[in-house]
Amino acid sequence: MAEKAILYDASKCTACRGCQVICKQWNGNDEIIPSPSSGDRVAVKSRGTYENPPDLAPDTWIKMKFTEAESSGKMRWLFTRRSCMHCTDAGCVRACPNGTLYHNEFGTVSYNKDTCIGCGYCIPACPFDVPRLKGNRITGIAKADKCTFCTTQGLDRIVEGMEPACVKTCPPGALAYGEREAMVVLGRQRVDLLKSRGVGGANLYGENELNGLHVLYVLEDSPGAYGLPVNPRVPGATIAWKDVIQPVGWAVGGLTILGLGMNWLVARANAKKEEK
Amino acid sequence: MELSRRDFLRVSGAGIGGVLLFKAMGDGVAMATPIKRIPLTRSGQETATICPYDGSGCGFIVTARDGKVVNIEGDPEHPVNRGAGCAKGAALRQISADNPWRLNKVLYRPAGSGQFEEKTWDWAITEIADRIKKARDAGFIEKDSKGNTVNRTETIANIGGAALDNEECYLLAKFARSLGIVYLEHQARL
Amino acid sequence: MTNHWGDIANSDVVMALGGNPAENHPAAFGHITIAKERGAKLISVDPRFTRTSSKADVYAPIRSGTDVAFVGGMIKYVLDDIEANPSNYNMVYITEYTNASYLVNTGFKGPAELEGLFSGYAGGLNETDGTKRKYDKATWAYQVDDKSIPKKDKTLQDANCVFQILKRQYARYTVDKVNAICGTPRDAFLEVCKTFAASGKTGKAGVILYAMGTTQHTNGAENIRAYSILQLLLANMGVAGGGIDAMRGESNVQGSTDFGLLFDSIPGYLGMFTDADTSRQKYLDRVTPKNNDPTSANWLQNYPKYITSLLKAWYGDAATKDNDFGFHYLPKIETGKNYSWISLFEAMAAGKIKGMMAWGQNPAVGGPSSNTERQALANLDWLVASDLWMTETMEFWKRPGVNPADIKTEVFVLPARASFEKEGSVTNSSRWMQWRYKAAEGPGEAEDDLWMINKIMLRLRELYAKDGGPNAEAITKTNWNYGDPPDVHKVAKEINGYDTTTGKQIDGFANLKDDGTTACGEWVYCGSYVEPDKEPNAPVPGNRASRRDLAPDAFNTGLYPKWAWSWPVNRRIIYNRASVDLNGEPWDKEHPVIKWNPTKGETGGWDGDVVDGNYPPIAVDPVKSRYPFIMTSEGVARLFAQGMADGPMPEFYEPWECPVSNQMSSQTSNPVAKVWRPDEQGKPDKYPIVATTYRVCEHWQAGQMTRNMPWLVELMPEPFVEMSNELAAEKGIANGDKVTIESTRGKVTMVAMVTGRFKPFQMNGRRVHEVGLLWHWGYSGLSTGDSANILTPHIGDANTMIPEYKAFLVDVKKA
Repeated sequence: MAEKAILYDASKCTACRGCQVICKQWNGNDEIIPSPSSGDRVAVKSRGTYENPPDLAPDTWIKMKFTEAESSGKMRWLFTRRSCMHCTDAGCVRACPNGTLYHNEFGTVSYNKDTCIGCGYCIPACPFDVPRLKGNRITGIAKADKCTFCTTQGLDRIVEGMEPACVKTCPPGALAYGEREAMVVLGRQRVDLLKSRGVGGANLYGENELNGLHVLYVLEDSPGAYGLPVNPRVPGATIAWKDVIQPVGWAVGGLTILGLGMNWLVARANAKKEEK
Repeated sequence: MELSRRDFLRVSGAGIGGVLLFKAMGDGVAMATPIKRIPLTRSGQETATICPYDGSGCGFIVTARDGKVVNIEGDPEHPVNRGAGCAKGAALRQISADNPWRLNKVLYRPAGSGQFEEKTWDWAITEIADRIKKARDAGFIEKDSKGNTVNRTETIANIGGAALDNEECYLLAKFARSLGIVYLEHQARL
Repeated sequence: MTNHWGDIANSDVVMALGGNPAENHPAAFGHITIAKERGAKLISVDPRFTRTSSKADVYAPIRSGTDVAFVGGMIKYVLDDIEANPSNYNMVYITEYTNASYLVNTGFKGPAELEGLFSGYAGGLNETDGTKRKYDKATWAYQVDDKSIPKKDKTLQDANCVFQILKRQYARYTVDKVNAICGTPRDAFLEVCKTFAASGKTGKAGVILYAMGTTQHTNGAENIRAYSILQLLLANMGVAGGGIDAMRGESNVQGSTDFGLLFDSIPGYLGMFTDADTSRQKYLDRVTPKNNDPTSANWLQNYPKYITSLLKAWYGDAATKDNDFGFHYLPKIETGKNYSWISLFEAMAAGKIKGMMAWGQNPAVGGPSSNTERQALANLDWLVASDLWMTETMEFWKRPGVNPADIKTEVFVLPARASFEKEGSVTNSSRWMQWRYKAAEGPGEAEDDLWMINKIMLRLRELYAKDGGPNAEAITKTNWNYGDPPDVHKVAKEINGYDTTTGKQIDGFANLKDDGTTACGEWVYCGSYVEPDKEPNAPVPGNRASRRDLAPDAFNTGLYPKWAWSWPVNRRIIYNRASVDLNGEPWDKEHPVIKWNPTKGETGGWDGDVVDGNYPPIAVDPVKSRYPFIMTSEGVARLFAQGMADGPMPEFYEPWECPVSNQMSSQTSNPVAKVWRPDEQGKPDKYPIVATTYRVCEHWQAGQMTRNMPWLVELMPEPFVEMSNELAAEKGIANGDKVTIESTRGKVTMVAMVTGRFKPFQMNGRRVHEVGLLWHWGYSGLSTGDSANILTPHIGDANTMIPEYKAFLVDVKKA
């Protein structure tokens, strides 16, 4: 089956965040509403930005990023979608030890919550810092989670011939969905139009990055201005794990040692992130 | 509930066994794994509606099963929004009866009391009508100082309406004016 | 709005001024995107750089409360450019379709001559005596000939013609003045002027999108008058892609206004009865507009039909010729007395109001000067409130800082059903009446408001039938037969109107009569719910609001004439006869709204949208033709409007609380606005910072509809105050700090959002800071926070009494 893709057009996005909410609505994330008698509250505080909640989470698969940029007295407010990019060369798929994360027939990266063992290897493996892990305090079981491109079983819009929920809900039409080839063409056309209207820095992001992303971006400025990695790569440790160590490891059976070694790598990466 | 680094080590250590198990089943990392198809859980009786938030008048489709809302998303045919929904529109399902913050009982707070009491509709309608009649009759002005018929009451105010349906607004106007209410206002003034 | 949402896609220039559609009307913003795809320009004028500004081609900052200066400057730019480049403007439109050529009384003097005032003012400059803060409008009248027809000079040269008066008044609105008053940089202002004025060319269209940023000022109505003048000079009214579009903030605030839930109107914008109306005829003599010009349709001369039909709908068989159709069943307000929102709460504060019913309304958060209004609620003996959620108004007696035992108000809380838990219609900003259905069950014992109103009324009818009371018949004789539970379709059919003899639904208000043979609850909605055979294919046969047919209009201009139903008479663009030239040919050949078709019928007819007044073009048949603006008595659009309380043309005045003196004249603030609480006027020595309030996409109004929904709460968890980096540096405030904001009315604490999107205003070298606060919060519900309206003043617009939420003075400190 032909590869599918989402085209996000930052030049049209108004950051209304309908996508951020409909993603939760459709996928049933953060369903539970604390009752008046419980005294519980939504555990998010204002941090002096429109950008909330503070981070992606197993229950937050899309988060809009707001960046203020000012140059030569002209204010700009740049909006970017932070979510799974559904890479062709997907670090998470490489790192996942048991096929919980896998490429589906549309070329996007599905996720199977039932088989996730919560190892967290996908987290440092992602060049876009997308998957998140949450442990259940009672059961002790941890699960990672991320956008499934609306392919979660029982909530699979793609096989039903529907658009992903985020694409459908986008009021200014900043999100488009279709065959990847068509999205690349659409993206290039849009970039050309923007350039013809004086947006010299317009570019299409994701066409070739990591052998092609399945979420493409029309940007009006360099990817860095939007907080996107300019030249995303799967981290070396993940490549080593997947292509070298893991096969060798299976062969020699030194699983525990290797597993713990990987844990150390992950932990070190996470610790660095916390320091930031 | 984010995991601490310590939790993470513990959890992922426990996960190693899982790796073995799955590997033993011979199910490695797959490319182009076909998606298993099970029916949509968000299907049911579909009804068109109009968004209750701003005045754009966007269309939405409510999907319900046994009277309970299971999905609300944009109406793709609607010429204002063509299926779209902003943050509020996308969140419409949280207005539904499943939200524990929705009022579901008639409540009454007696003068000076520190709390509400649950009441029945019959009780409330009777009591409210009594109070309206008492306040209206006590303050009713049939003729003003010049002797002109004015038939108004300035002792009762009625506010609200922009969140109501047209038919409700209309009946409210008819109701309030027939009582002689002149302090009749609502959001449109604000 | 005069046009409709989808029509924005037809625009060449879209100016968001006093509104922020990306944030507050996000779905409708999609039509702006389509226009931009076509090459249209988007202008955003706002005190701070918003999500709308982020997509704008031109952004201009403006200090809150200075719109008349800004738009006045644009008017001057256009008037100057008309002189320099007349071929870039539609002079036929200006001369023939507006009152530019009308001569005004020679005694008229404008603010250029009278230091900011108009002739006829009872007081002096900056008058403080409330009884003298008003105009005698005698000198504002037109000059008339011996047949009482207004005199005109179509060369527009007469010194007393409206066009020349306009030029004299706005000659003072120079770019430097705009800069000195609004703080808008000169180049940004000129770019706005140039970009928007390009829509003045025949065949081009520009639209102004506004919301509460325009109206919530002591001169809010004059702000809109300024827009009207600009749009008329640019020939943008009545055309596709043009218009002045009020983006309504609530799903049915259009409908609730149409249905007369305001003290001064009854359904259909009919004037409220006053003590001077000793009979129906006296009332009609007062309110029915008169005009002797045979070419003016003066549509509102039909007033008698509409009011009589309304009385028949309300009193049925009890409304007879003998009892003046029940005219005296209904209340008469005191002439000159204002009963609007602020007056209502002032009367409540004075202990004059004993009971109040609130339907989906939360004044404890949404009303101006919240502390004043919360305290006033304690003077009620009883309060009845219906809502989906517990509101701050329902719980005002246990708000922070009060002892419930001290508050003697009984409170009845009625649980209501949500929009998709009941059936009925709402009217959007496009004037589309759209039917919606019951899709799910409500929680517990919740009922819909229609059910509640019906129950209370049925009970009152019993009580008055049994015990009597003053004017009891007004209640017992109402035509009130909707069943129990009420049938919403019966109500909708009564709104539409019916023949009292045959009982058949009436199709269109042209068929209403003043003799009691027709009943109609709201004449503007006549034609919305007709006999089933007239609209057999609607999902609810006969109910045009239920229609879902996407068939295009004759010219494919995006009208969707069979989708729902648009008042009046399914017209999608009002004033559409101004979209054609004197021969009935569209000015804009690409986007025609209507077009004269000489071969239609026996004498020719119109194709396209439902024509605004079915008369032939003036060049085709000058006798049968009528001017295109049939809702004004003179038949043309008004550049000069005598109906305004504060002047026939908008003059700039500072907000009631202002940081600087008025740079345009010696009259500081609106000379006729009613001042309730002079002691509460904040002065810049103590409160030097301008403040304004607004909404965000993620929340709505007083917040109960969003603050109880975690998906939305996490997006915007707390109220914040936006401020510039410069102000934050002066005050030692860091982004995310808690800060206090104080006005003479009170103090609130919020999170500081320090941003480059707000800039200090540089006004002739003076620097003025402005901050913006979200107003959605209160002390009830899942997400709580301070209410910005604690800070806002209890003062309103001189014409409409809309509170001045959008410009007041505060001081800000780190908490």
